[in-house]
Amino acid sequence: MAVNMTHGPSEVSAKRKARTAPAVSLSFLRRPEAGALIGTLAVFVFFAIFGGAQFLSSGGSASWLNVAAELGIVAIPVGLLMIAGELDLSVGSVIAASSMTTAIVSGYWGLPTIVGIVAALVVGGAIGFVNGLLVTKTNVPSFVVTLATNFGLAGITLGFSRVITGTTSVSLNPDEWAKGLFGTLIAGQFEVAIFWWIAVVLGVGWFLHFAPRGNWIVAVGGDTISARSTGIPVEKVKIGLYMSSALGASLVGVIQTILYNGAQVANGQAFVFNSIIAVVVGGVLLTGGYGSVVGVVLGTLTFAIVSQGIYYTGWNSDWAALILGILLLVAVLMNNTFRKMALSSGTPKKKA
Amino acid sequence: MNAPFLKLTDVCKSFGSTQVLNDISLEVKRGEVLCLLGDNGAGKSTLIKVLSGFHEPTSGTMDVEGERVVFKSPRDASDRGIATVHQFGGTFPLMSIGRCFFVGAEPKKGWGPFKRFDRKFAGEVAVREMRSLGITRITDGDRLVGGLSGGERQALAIGRAVHFGAKLLILDEPTAALGVKEATHVLRIIMQARQQGLAVILVTHNVTHAMKVGDHFAVLIHGALAADFRKGERTREEITDLMAGGEAMAELEAEISAFEQAHDGHAPEPEDLERILNEK
Repeated sequence: MAVNMTHGPSEVSAKRKARTAPAVSLSFLRRPEAGALIGTLAVFVFFAIFGGAQFLSSGGSASWLNVAAELGIVAIPVGLLMIAGELDLSVGSVIAASSMTTAIVSGYWGLPTIVGIVAALVVGGAIGFVNGLLVTKTNVPSFVVTLATNFGLAGITLGFSRVITGTTSVSLNPDEWAKGLFGTLIAGQFEVAIFWWIAVVLGVGWFLHFAPRGNWIVAVGGDTISARSTGIPVEKVKIGLYMSSALGASLVGVIQTILYNGAQVANGQAFVFNSIIAVVVGGVLLTGGYGSVVGVVLGTLTFAIVSQGIYYTGWNSDWAALILGILLLVAVLMNNTFRKMALSSGTPKKKA
Repeated sequence: MNAPFLKLTDVCKSFGSTQVLNDISLEVKRGEVLCLLGDNGAGKSTLIKVLSGFHEPTSGTMDVEGERVVFKSPRDASDRGIATVHQFGGTFPLMSIGRCFFVGAEPKKGWGPFKRFDRKFAGEVAVREMRSLGITRITDGDRLVGGLSGGERQALAIGRAVHFGAKLLILDEPTAALGVKEATHVLRIIMQARQQGLAVILVTHNVTHAMKVGDHFAVLIHGALAADFRKGERTREEITDLMAGGEAMAELEAEISAFEQAHDGHAPEPEDLERILNEK
């Protein structure tokens, strides 16, 4: 008996430890990013196997990191907008407009590079403001509004470029500092945009998940009416978010223009849907109210790995789009499952 | 305490040429539950929106604690201590309980530009406030609101309103989407709020629920106040009849008497009565 008595508690605590270990891994699965992380790891392992050493080399890593960085700078603010329940399909034309602005101001007119960059960001911010104003004042679905601005802006960019320069592509010779800050390849492979991306991730991640006002974004997307009745300035939040997604796109436009020493009118349209894919694969709910910056980062990485990894497999790269399509569908289904888990299994069965 | 917390005098509201509310005069006191009854489309929602600052009345006046007020926005109403809880609790299913509790009034910690959302504090307060309304199942403020039952969500929303100094709670159909047990729970929460000295306006079309907790009843029909009476002054049948505008009942009686005439004065058999009711 006495022996039993002394051993009792330690046995119990050992059992308890054994019980908490799976509980920890389960609670991870309830995070919104769980599905996204599994997706990223899965495609990475897949292409590490089929792409071999080439894919894993620094050149291979650079190829998908570069794609991820440029996409990520747009996808993060687009993801915020989606968490707030709105879409932004105009980012493609904002990239083109900003690229052309930088190139025309600093290349064609020969003003200092800084003027071109500031002009591009002003153009971006203004378009974002107009988007936000149109969406909040007209109550037309943002899908339609931003689709319209995407087309409209593409037209304006083309029209002005032709009127001003007579062509649709303008070259630029950026200042030394600007080249270093926006358009260098580090170690000859890694775009400096990767650091911009990291900065955007940290800034926005802090804002959404830690700053008090990050809560407003989730609330607006979760239930606009309730959010308004708690005193959140819903219109201002949305206009701010549209400005941030347009500024993200502008930054990418500036980076591309300086990196490639010039701009073309047709730049950037691929970002429209790629950013949505990255955000949705990252576990953000298309209808708003749910999502995380970590998730969007993972979604962006997944997209970039798939779109670049295919070139290292030796297979015909025509199939990359098919893989992306399947991936998108699987990711959404998986995210739905994880979201349900987060909702339902939230009741821990307390034994103690 | 005996002076009304909120007093409406001849409040009208029209949208364009449509008159939605017609000369509504109402009073609600602290520690009292006013049940606002009415069929769908009777103007209940509009009246709530006027009370909570979403709409400005076209004419008429409102007084809060004896002072004339004009609400330009929901914020004005909440500054006066008027809090509205909507049918689904005004909660955000995919938010954590703590975050949801403090939406729009986030607690901060830290300094300068690095002030951050105080997750721990938010969770603790939310759990504590829900506990004070009798919800003991919830112990973790980080859980998602979507995992709560309907009654628990109402408790979260009501607890939130009370925490932020609400003196008048407007509950919009809080029991409509709930099962019997959950609804009872919500009614108990309403009684608790009333006991804490809050004024409550309960909007519902469920007469049974209203009669359980109400001190004072107002029936709206086509935007006008059809009846205004205190507990015990009317029976449930009278209230139901009133809500339907008395029309439904009169119609049924007419059909029965038509049946009697057609069948030589015989009253309808149960199966005939069923047929008449089904036809309606």
